[in-house]
Amino acid sequence: MSAADRSFSENARAAVADPQLRRAMHHVKEGFIGKRAKAAARLPEFEVLRDAARDIKDHTLAHLDLYLERYEAQVIERGGQVHWCAGPAEARAAILDICRQAGARTVTKGKSMIGEEIDINAHLEAAGITPVETDLGEYIVQMRHERPSHIIAPAVHLTKDVIEADFRAQHRQFPADRSLSEVPELVDEARQVLRQRFLDADVGITGANFLVAETGSSIIVTNEGNGDLTQILPRVHIVIASLEKVVPTLEDAATILRVLARSATGQEFSTYTTVSTGPKRPDDVDGPEVYHVVLLDNGRSDLLDGPFREILRCIRCGACINHCPVYHTIGGHAYGSVYPGPIGAVLTPALEGIEAAADLPEASSFCGRCEAVCPMRIPLPKLLRHWRERAYDQRVTPGRLRAGIGLWAFFARRPALYGFVTGLAARLLRALGGRGGRLARLPLAGGWTRFRDLPAPEGRTFRSQWAAKKGARS
Amino acid sequence: MSGDRERVLGSLRRGLGRGQDATADTAARTAVAQRIDRRQRGPIPARSDLNPAAQVELFETMAREQAATVVHVADPDGVPAAVADYLKAANLPPRVRVAPDPALGALPWDGQPLLEISTGRAAAEDLVSLTGAFAGIAETGTLMLRSGAEHPTTLNFLPDVHIVVLRAADVVGPYEDALDRLRSHESNGGNGGNGAMPRTVNFVTGPSRTADIEQTIQLGAHGPRRLHIILIDETD
Ligand code: SF4
Repeated sequence: MSAADRSFSENARAAVADPQLRRAMHHVKEGFIGKRAKAAARLPEFEVLRDAARDIKDHTLAHLDLYLERYEAQVIERGGQVHWCAGPAEARAAILDICRQAGARTVTKGKSMIGEEIDINAHLEAAGITPVETDLGEYIVQMRHERPSHIIAPAVHLTKDVIEADFRAQHRQFPADRSLSEVPELVDEARQVLRQRFLDADVGITGANFLVAETGSSIIVTNEGNGDLTQILPRVHIVIASLEKVVPTLEDAATILRVLARSATGQEFSTYTTVSTGPKRPDDVDGPEVYHVVLLDNGRSDLLDGPFREILRCIRCGACINHCPVYHTIGGHAYGSVYPGPIGAVLTPALEGIEAAADLPEASSFCGRCEAVCPMRIPLPKLLRHWRERAYDQRVTPGRLRAGIGLWAFFARRPALYGFVTGLAARLLRALGGRGGRLARLPLAGGWTRFRDLPAPEGRTFRSQWAAKKGARS
Repeated sequence: MSGDRERVLGSLRRGLGRGQDATADTAARTAVAQRIDRRQRGPIPARSDLNPAAQVELFETMAREQAATVVHVADPDGVPAAVADYLKAANLPPRVRVAPDPALGALPWDGQPLLEISTGRAAAEDLVSLTGAFAGIAETGTLMLRSGAEHPTTLNFLPDVHIVVLRAADVVGPYEDALDRLRSHESNGGNGGNGAMPRTVNFVTGPSRTADIEQTIQLGAHGPRRLHIILIDETD
C-alpha cells in the first residue's frame, strides 16, 4: 500500500474511521508516554543531559565538514570504505555495486530509516537480490507490503490478530492447526523463520544511530539483537547513515545515549548498543571481512544555513511522535511520508520540497508537547510555523486555506470594516442558532460541524467589548 | 562514488560559510582537534558514584531489573560448578560453547565430568555459550564485551543462553570509566597496541527483547532468551 499518492486530509479521514487502527493506536498512548515520564523522573540529571546533548549536536553541526573528514579518515585507516552520496539514486547505486561485487543473493537488513528514505528494498528486488527485514516490526510490515508507520515501532498500527493472519498465510511450513494467537508464539515463530535467513545472507545492511569521528566507528542501538546478527554473520557489512549522525567522541555518544532510550521507550538503556569499527581484525574468528559506509546527504547540507539547521539535531527517538495528539488520532501512514508525526512534518518538506509536502506542516494543533519531550530540544512548533509561512509565500498552501487567510487579511487590514462585519456575523449566527444557541450546520465549515455543533456567539464581539472597556478606563 | 565527495563537502562548506574568513576557519580546525583529543565528559549521573562494593551491588540490581540473572562465586575455581548448576536448574543439556579465552580455559573443568565443553565461535546449533566480559557498568547493569581472538562476537548473539563471567574488580560506575579502560587496553597491547577500537564492542543490558507487537515486551526476539551473569567476588 502506498499512502503517498493520496492527499493528507483524505488519508486522515480514512484513518479516523478505521476501527482496527483505533485499537492499535491505543497501545501507543498506553505504552510510550508513561514509560518515558517514569524514566525521565528516575534520573535527576535528565534535563541537564538534554542540554548537554543539544550542545554536542550544535557544536558538531557548526563543524560538520571537519568532523566528517576526520570520521572518513578513521574509517579508511581501520580498513573500511566511505561512499559519499548526494541523493538517494547515488546511495542506491553504491549499495547495489557492493552487493553485486559480493555476488549477493540475499541481504539481511537491520532497521534503518535511511533505507526507507532511499527505498532500497524495491531497488534490491529489481536487481534480483532479496532484501530480508529482520527487526520484527519491519519484518511484519515488509510481509504486508506496507511502510513502517512509526520510526521506532514500525508495526504499531497493527493488532496481534492481524499479524496472526499474516503469519498463517505466509509461514506455510508450520502446521495449520498450531496455536498462534499470543504475542510469545508470534515472536517465537518469527525468530525461527529469520534464524535461517541470518545464516544464509551474503550482505548485512544496518543503519547507524551515531558515527564517531574520533574512532571511525558506527553505533547501532537495538533491543532484539537483529542488527548484530545482521552485521556479524555475512561477509559484508554495509552501514547506511545520513551526514548528521556524526558526533565527535565516544564520550559524546555516551551523553546522548543517556537520553535516547529513555525518551524513546522509557528504558534505562537499550538491550544492545553496538560499536562497530572497520572489518574483522586478523586474529578475529568471526565478523565481516568487508566494511562499507554509505553516507547520504539528500538535502541535509542545504539546511545548515538557515532556521532548519536545528532539525539536524534529531536522534530519531520518536518521542515527538509518541506524544502527538494528531498522530494518536490518524496513525503514521496518513502522513504519506517516510517520517511521520512532528519530526516528519518538519523534515519531509526539507527533504522533498515544500511544494511536495505543503499539507504536512498543517497537521499540527501547536499544542507544544513535541517540543516539551524532544531530548534534543528541537523547537518543532516554531519550525512548523516557518514552513507554513514559506508555503504561503510560495503559494503552495492548500487552496481553501489560502483563500480563507486571504479573506481574513483583507478585513484585518480594514479595522472599521472588520468590526462591522464580525458584529453582523455574530448577530446573524445568534439568530440562526435559535433558542438552543447551537448550530448543527454551517456553510464552509462542514468538516467542523459534521462531528459537533458550533455554539452560537453570545453577547458582543471581543473588539467592541475591548473598545468599551478601554473607553471606561481612560 | 568519490564523485559525490567534493559535491557534498562543498555544500557543507557553503552552508557553514567556510573560505570567507581564514582566521575563523583555522579556529574551527583547532576546536575540532582539541575536542577529539580532550574527550571531554558530559554530565555524569551521580547514581554510580559509589565505593567499589556498592557499585557491584548497583550493577547487580540494574542487571536484574533488565531480566538478567546473577549468581556469585568466591573465586574463578567456582565457575565450572556454577555453570553446571545453572544448566541443571534450567533443564538445559550439559553442553557449552566456550570462548577461546585462556582465562576460561584454565578453569577446573575436569571437576564437572558431565559438562561437555567445546571452544570457538558460535554455530547455529549451539544452545549455550560462555564468555568473559571486559567490564560491567554499574549505572545501568550493562556488560561491555570486546571482540577479539579470545571473544568471538557470535557467542553473544546466536545461542539461546548466554552465560557471562564477570570479575567484580572489572565493575565500574559510568560508561565513561569503561571507555577509559578500553582505550588504555587498546594502547597497551590489545589490537596491536595502536589504540584502535576492536572490530566490535557490545554493550549488553539483559537478554534480547521486542515490544513490536502491541507494545507487549517479549524476551528472546533474535538474540539470547536468557542472560546469566556469574560474578567472581574475589578482588585479588
Ligand atoms: S525531533 Fe526530537 S523527539 Fe522527535 S524524533 Fe527527533 S529527537 Fe526525538
